[in-house]
Amino acid sequence: MMTDLITHGRLSRPGVPLIDGIEKVTGRARYTADLDHADALIARILRSPVSHAEILKLDVSKARALDGVVAVITGDDCPFTYGVLPVAMNEYPMARGRVRYRGEPIAAVAAADAETAERAINLIELELHQLPAYYSSEEARAPGATLLHDNKPGNLEREVHHEFGNWQEGFATADLVREEKFSCAEVNHAQIEPHACLVEYDPITGRLTAQSVSQVGYYLHLMLARCLEMDSSRIRVVKPFVGGGFGARVEVLNFEIITALLARAATGKVFMQLSREETFLTHRARPQTDMTLRIGMRRDGKITACACEVVQRGGAYAGYGIVTILYAGALLQGLYDIPAIKYSGYRVYTNLPPCGAMRGHGSVDTRHAFECLLDRMARDLGLDPFAVRRANLLHAPTRTLNDLMVNSYGLEECLERVERASGWRDRIGKLPAGKGLGMACSHYVSGAAKPIHWTGEPHAVVSLRLDFDGGITALTGAADIGQGSSTMVAISVTETLGVALDRVRVIAADSAVTPKDNGAYSSRITFMVGNAAIDAAKKLKSILVEAAARKLEARPDDIEVVGEVFRIGSGQQASLPFADVVKAALVDRGTITVSGTFTCPPESQGGRHKGGAVGSTMGFSYAAQVVEVSIDDATGAVTVDKVWTALDCGHAINPLAVEGQIQGSVWMGMGQAICEETCYFDGLPGHASFLEYRMPTIAESPPIDVQIVESHDPFGPFGAKEASEGALAGFPPALVNAIANAINIDLDELPVTPDRIIDALIQRRRQARLASTRKVPS
Amino acid sequence: MHAPGPRPKKRLLRLKLNNRWREDAVADQELLVDYLRETAQLTGVKIGCDGGECGACTVVVDGEAVPSCITLVARCEGRHIETIESLATQGRLSRLQRAFHEKLGTQCGFCTPGMIMAAEALLRRNPAPAENEIRAALSGNLCRCTGYVKIIESVQAAAGQTHDD
Repeated sequence: MMTDLITHGRLSRPGVPLIDGIEKVTGRARYTADLDHADALIARILRSPVSHAEILKLDVSKARALDGVVAVITGDDCPFTYGVLPVAMNEYPMARGRVRYRGEPIAAVAAADAETAERAINLIELELHQLPAYYSSEEARAPGATLLHDNKPGNLEREVHHEFGNWQEGFATADLVREEKFSCAEVNHAQIEPHACLVEYDPITGRLTAQSVSQVGYYLHLMLARCLEMDSSRIRVVKPFVGGGFGARVEVLNFEIITALLARAATGKVFMQLSREETFLTHRARPQTDMTLRIGMRRDGKITACACEVVQRGGAYAGYGIVTILYAGALLQGLYDIPAIKYSGYRVYTNLPPCGAMRGHGSVDTRHAFECLLDRMARDLGLDPFAVRRANLLHAPTRTLNDLMVNSYGLEECLERVERASGWRDRIGKLPAGKGLGMACSHYVSGAAKPIHWTGEPHAVVSLRLDFDGGITALTGAADIGQGSSTMVAISVTETLGVALDRVRVIAADSAVTPKDNGAYSSRITFMVGNAAIDAAKKLKSILVEAAARKLEARPDDIEVVGEVFRIGSGQQASLPFADVVKAALVDRGTITVSGTFTCPPESQGGRHKGGAVGSTMGFSYAAQVVEVSIDDATGAVTVDKVWTALDCGHAINPLAVEGQIQGSVWMGMGQAICEETCYFDGLPGHASFLEYRMPTIAESPPIDVQIVESHDPFGPFGAKEASEGALAGFPPALVNAIANAINIDLDELPVTPDRIIDALIQRRRQARLASTRKVPS
Repeated sequence: MHAPGPRPKKRLLRLKLNNRWREDAVADQELLVDYLRETAQLTGVKIGCDGGECGACTVVVDGEAVPSCITLVARCEGRHIETIESLATQGRLSRLQRAFHEKLGTQCGFCTPGMIMAAEALLRRNPAPAENEIRAALSGNLCRCTGYVKIIESVQAAAGQTHDD
């Protein structure tokens, strides 16, 4: 299908197009909103018009009486909390007694058509007693502030204090200690597909089928059983095509449970499609974050200690908050050799839509602060930014201070590759006025070694089925949301078996058919599901080899498989085509089904300190990047001219997809760096459309050069690690460092919008003027 | 179970859809995107926003790329509407579909039909567009997955001016 000449990421081997790509380019791919819902009722949600209030009266009788309305439900219909962390579920699908953010669901309607459902929503009578509302971490933490949750004093969801090594001594022995404050705006996943789901409840059989945009069908399955008090064996969760996720759809979302409750109340099929505005409101993305970072450094660039305080504006409910605030501290480590670290984290409740996991979960904002400060200290010491990074490299295999495993480490090669590709040495400091180069490094986990729902099961299971037709069906619960995970499974199986790619069909994420999987988050699928797929394929291969050996009257050890031919050693005379081997293997046993598994061993599951499991992984990806920028000092306009990225993904199972993932993550980092920002006016989102939430368009998106580095991880499938998240966090600091290089201004806030640049330029001019007037009298 | 509401004012509309003429009764306020997705069941046309923000619903109307979510179907009388479903003919992908597939111009695929139709309109009026012309023509189509690099490469490949290094 592809010409062999097309290579990716400077690798000599080509990639493979996505196995579901044809459906996507022909428009045949069915996303949730495309499923047949002609006979379904249409659902709508009543949302809170205020940020914080007690519900004094909620009367749905007029809505219920409206012709065409089949079901109306409120918080009274579901007294069960839901959430992602078993220890922190403090949210109801619909508010019970109190609303805590503007847009929180209060009631829902299922009606014969959308117009009727909307009319019914408008007939619901609501009386509220408003309470004080807080839109910043500072206001929410102020003494005497009204508590959002009675059991959370200070409106703190979680406070973290971790100390590793002797940081006091580290700072004392440093030649330079510098402390800076940084702030990063809240951003949103903004996947192009709006949220939707279709749920069917059959009152006769008592079974429920949910089709939704979920990244983790397993979580949805668990929460439907919990909130509907159903036996989970009566529930089926199916993932249609999903139009992007980036973390938005890892947590179970309120509208999914509401639709299921409506389907049961209406005893039928209910379709819910959220508007773009509601999709923004559902949120669960990266929180606004304030950071105070102090680094101690020796004259040669070696880091002696680091102290970091992080405050995350978490929104109204727990969601993933505890994990996010732990990640922010844990992933200060694992990139460089830092002998001592002190971390304090504060996750704050505010009257805003709840934050959650977003690509680079927890690591992006602290990495931004760290890489910016590192560059500034390099400048203070007269060191090159590359030299400072090289002075602090780790040496794999090793364990970090917080007990994270580092089993492979390609950062040094990443640095060399981007330094060379960007022409750094020849160009740094020699660019024309207003132009600059900046660089930064980043990393990310290849799956959380300790899953949230720790059950003792393997981390991943893949089943393979081979039948009379010679087709191999791979069954995986892993959700392909566009990242190409099903293609990765197909390649892993065929590479192991030595068969053609189109012999394998992948069926993914249907709980009635596929094995349970922890889903698409923390970049776990390639590492964990890939290993499970290889394990399953090895089992299938040994069955086939034994069958071939019986048929050829040879020992299994003597059988070689090359291009779907099973033969004895190098002997030409004795060989069997795949079809004959399958026939031989099916004799007596019939259809062959095997399962492969992968488990992260206990020693990979992090430290014994509280929260020590967060950040633990079998393999970190590593990335370095250089950004070239032009600044117009009259308008403050930022133009990203080019990006050079290198990422160590261990081994690129599909170089084409790896390159696409790296480009996408670098670009998403660029959006956060230059223009993306959610904003609220008295809790009302001012960004809830693609016109107001500004993402870079194709017109302003730069070329992104990708170099794939392969460090061959000892535990990864074929040596592979993740490739989808690790490069994101490097972009914002590389850009801010490039701006410092271009116009000598250090910016501490993201996004770097033209007004922030102009403000900084004005401030600099004012300071220069003050300095010169001060000089005159003396 | 439910008494019908007041009868909406409808007109009989005739248009050419993917090379076939058809007639349907349509309401005055009906949007082209809803007509395509619900009446004609062409779900390759996507809705990604609340109106005119993302380009996922882009179709070709008489050769021009048009966002169908802010177009009244009543305005399409006698016109030729082409959607993603019309591009693969005689069992073959179109040049743009093939390029988007092979060069990974699509990841999650949700913006892809609109993106390809916008590119289709471009290549018809400008068979060999420069890179800045591709960027200008697709600037109303948002993608959240690719960073656009491989989308540009896909359009260039389809136009027969690929630059592999």
